Amino acid sequence: MSGSGTSGVTRLRRRAVPYLLALPAAVWLVGLFLVPLLVMLVKSLETCSPMTGACTMSWHWGEFGSQLSMFHKQMLTSLKFAGIATAIDLLLAFPIAYWIAFYGGRRKNFFLLMLLVPFFVSFVIRTVIWEFLLSNDGIVLTTLRNVHVVSTDFHILGTSTAVIAGLAYNFLPFTALPIYVALERIDRRLLDASQDLYASRITTFTRVILPLCIPGIFAAFLLTFIPAFGDYVNQQVLGGIGNTMIGTVIQNTFLINLDYAGGSALSAILMVISLVGILLYGRLIGSATIGEFL
Amino acid sequence: MGESPAPVNVRLVNVTKQFAEVRAVDNLSLDIRAGEFLSLLGPSGCGKTTTLRMLGGFEEPSTGSIFFGEKDVTGLPPYRRDVNTVFQSYALFPHLSVGDNIAFGLRRQGVSKADAAQRVGEMLELVDLAGLSARRPAALSGGQQQRVALARALVNRPTLLLLDEPMSALDAKLRKHMQIELKRIQSQVGITFLYVTHDQEEALTMSDRIVVMNQGRIEGLGTPREVYERPQTDFVASFLGASNLLPGILGSATQGYYDVEVTGGHRLRVAAANVAEGLTASSAVQVGVRPEKIHLVPSARAEEAGTNCLRGVVRVATFSGVGNQYLILSPDGRDFTVYAQNIGDALAPRTGDEVEMRWPVEHTFVVRPSGTMTNEGE
Repeated sequence: MSGSGTSGVTRLRRRAVPYLLALPAAVWLVGLFLVPLLVMLVKSLETCSPMTGACTMSWHWGEFGSQLSMFHKQMLTSLKFAGIATAIDLLLAFPIAYWIAFYGGRRKNFFLLMLLVPFFVSFVIRTVIWEFLLSNDGIVLTTLRNVHVVSTDFHILGTSTAVIAGLAYNFLPFTALPIYVALERIDRRLLDASQDLYASRITTFTRVILPLCIPGIFAAFLLTFIPAFGDYVNQQVLGGIGNTMIGTVIQNTFLINLDYAGGSALSAILMVISLVGILLYGRLIGSATIGEFL
Repeated sequence: MGESPAPVNVRLVNVTKQFAEVRAVDNLSLDIRAGEFLSLLGPSGCGKTTTLRMLGGFEEPSTGSIFFGEKDVTGLPPYRRDVNTVFQSYALFPHLSVGDNIAFGLRRQGVSKADAAQRVGEMLELVDLAGLSARRPAALSGGQQQRVALARALVNRPTLLLLDEPMSALDAKLRKHMQIELKRIQSQVGITFLYVTHDQEEALTMSDRIVVMNQGRIEGLGTPREVYERPQTDFVASFLGASNLLPGILGSATQGYYDVEVTGGHRLRVAAANVAEGLTASSAVQVGVRPEKIHLVPSARAEEAGTNCLRGVVRVATFSGVGNQYLILSPDGRDFTVYAQNIGDALAPRTGDEVEMRWPVEHTFVVRPSGTMTNEGE
């Protein structure tokens, strides 16, 4: 072919452009995400000195089993707390998202912003403020005690309720936003069509709206459950003895016990559990839709 | 197609729909006859879609009532009306298969699964989609989706089927085909169709009767031929097809004819039957003739009885294959459009020729100014 020299170069350049554009993100992803992940997995097979924190590769696969047998209780506590908090969030977020999507009118963006504004404050600060609110001499309990709704020895701080409440509060936007997106995307003419075909408002909800936002609900579930499952801040600030979550255990294993191998093994286990959730999602709802809501 | 409920007339009585600042439908009264194919034709914003939505129950009239037979349905929600709609964008449920889409209405009415499946099968047969029951709507072409939408509505055997510009998303060829299909299906099922469109050709080809709407009011009502040949208002005359309209003063009737004094001193004759209702002698009117009704003859030719004539000069002559289109400039500075079929006439006038425009008195009509129709549609 004549002139293939120049057109070949052009073609090459054209083909290279997408890769060049993706390069910064790829470097970021590999350098700051994949490499640490691999380091973590490698670490979980090493043996570390509790005194110095220095580790040597020993191919010690037993770390996973021993960590699991030591901390399965905290693992279960985390599953329970994250599960309850996610359930609460789904129940709270759905009506909020529904209302904004269907009745927000021109002010939709304003309402969404209102939902997000508290979350412009740092995660830790927010949780600490909850500690103030819920503390024994804090505004909530003092008021309730003064009007004799609760007895003088009633307390919230340090209980599982406080941890679950904190988790539910902190992850609410992660639940509300995917559901909002799913509801917002529903073609309103489908609702006309449903009513036209003898479906009442309730039937329209159960037969059309709900099935169409299932992918959004599942995305909301993942985005809430996974971070809540691994969270350690809420439990440390609001919880007490007897409701330790696995996130706290991992943090202590790394930073206090300097047991990098054990911490890595626990993290890997946590990750596997989360991955199972995502794979289930893919199986149940189809992997094509997941990206649209996350 | 199974036993349909006894067909009843649908009546709109003095229906007005006022949105915040706009009166979308203005004191509209209309009788839709059982079993007919009625088109609501008009430009966008004329109130035709609002009328359809009020019939469907998606909008409530500000004033006035809607009756299905003797039953007042004005305040009933869509799901309690015996009406189904084919939506402009079809609005098929993306999470349901074609079969489940069609069965949706039946299931909500409590029809058993087995019975619904059988009727869905019949419907798929009718709209020529047998075998596609398990597909998702997204896997179908536009034309197929439209048939599903039609089947989904028809399967319920409603008193009235509303069609909201259902062809607008189809390409021209498919549209032609679907027009014929739709007409076939309508005569097969015998359900009353109310077809909303802004496409005059669609309305003319398919309808038993046409309602021409403008600014929330009915401007014309009748069979396609009646509305075309004897338009009642200047709006109808120029919206439905093209018309040459001249302002004038209506004279008095003599022996079934009126004379119209056209500005510029000419006199045109018009049959009394072609004069819009409600006009009296000496009212200001517009007299009109369709471009294809005018013959061009050399200006020297002798007058013929029963024709109207006006002189002019050919300003533009355009050849379009099947015919010639002329712009004729009359002495008082008015442009006339004339279509002449291409029948191989060697004497076809050319630009600059002096000609005489002649047309039969029967094809002359007199219209009222738009927006003055007060009588209710029969």
